[in-house]
Amino acid sequence: MAEVLQQDPMRVTVLRGGPGAPMRPETFEVPLYESQTVLDVVSWIQQNSDPTLSYRFACRVGMCGSCAMMVNGVPRWTCRTHVQKVLVGGAIEVGPLRNLPVIKDLAVDMDPFFDKWVEAEGRHHPTRTRDDGIAPIDPESADRQQATAGIECINCSVCYAACDTVAGNPDYLGPAALQRAWTLYNDEKNADRGSILDAVSGKGGCHFCHSMGSCTIYCPNELNPLAAIAGLKSATARRFFGRRDR
Amino acid sequence: MKAFPRSHPLWLAYILHRLSGIALALFLPFHFWVLSLALTRAAALDGLLGVTEMPLVKAAEFGLVFLLAVHMFGGLRLIALEWLPWSAPQKTWAAAAAGGAFLVSTAFLLRAI
Repeated sequence: MAEVLQQDPMRVTVLRGGPGAPMRPETFEVPLYESQTVLDVVSWIQQNSDPTLSYRFACRVGMCGSCAMMVNGVPRWTCRTHVQKVLVGGAIEVGPLRNLPVIKDLAVDMDPFFDKWVEAEGRHHPTRTRDDGIAPIDPESADRQQATAGIECINCSVCYAACDTVAGNPDYLGPAALQRAWTLYNDEKNADRGSILDAVSGKGGCHFCHSMGSCTIYCPNELNPLAAIAGLKSATARRFFGRRDR
Repeated sequence: MKAFPRSHPLWLAYILHRLSGIALALFLPFHFWVLSLALTRAAALDGLLGVTEMPLVKAAEFGLVFLLAVHMFGGLRLIALEWLPWSAPQKTWAAAAAGGAFLVSTAFLLRAI
């Protein structure tokens, strides 16, 4: 373990509770270490102060998208968020992700988030069978560039928690699902663009986006769901006015 | 717990667009009612036009022109965002919409006083 940076511990307020137990803040004192992440802090509390604290993580290196939480009111990937950058007056606040039902403490139910990926037709529609050869794809083609732009989404739900349209409209598919739909729409190995546009132009689809851009501001992988949703709006409009899909 | 922070330029552009739209929707019926007085009660219309010479009303008109202009420029930005190929400097476009609206409304105010 790295050295303790200062004598005074930081004050960490964790929002705790869940179904049947109203959410309440509980404050812990945690030693401040060098290069400490917010996930390290939550783990320290669970291992040293209160083993009943519930939270979720897996990879600890920003790949799996499991550990997102609200830190000082901002949705963040906690394994890549340094405490030193979010400490305000020797204190931080940690809470469960916004816009998702809380299971317990810092663990939220991600089902609504992933269900919407399916609703947005975020699945592959193959052009070939396993018996065919692999289709050659030009990495410089315009479609591939659009698909590549959103491919690094780690499903952390930070954008979903940042979106006020999601907060106000439970049917809205949300930035991540729509960006996934846009990625597949531009994938040359995807056979069915029409079904994607059908899925994203209905109730809760891309046209409900108010272009606030919080998804793009807070995406930890610096992706741009706002641009992806704008692309879907444009594609659905083109189809409405008679331009054929592939 | 701390509230979710929204004070980034595109969110502010969003809320300005909504509030200006609501304010214009509330104003327009009054505007059309005043215009209708030209057909029905000319004297009452002259009375209301006299009120528009008051400094406070001129200041309110400045605000009204700003709201109209910022709603129009902001709307053009959104149409471009949704219909044209993606343009990265959206914050700059939003700032330009607000700046352009301020220019138009200030020009209106300078002519009015």
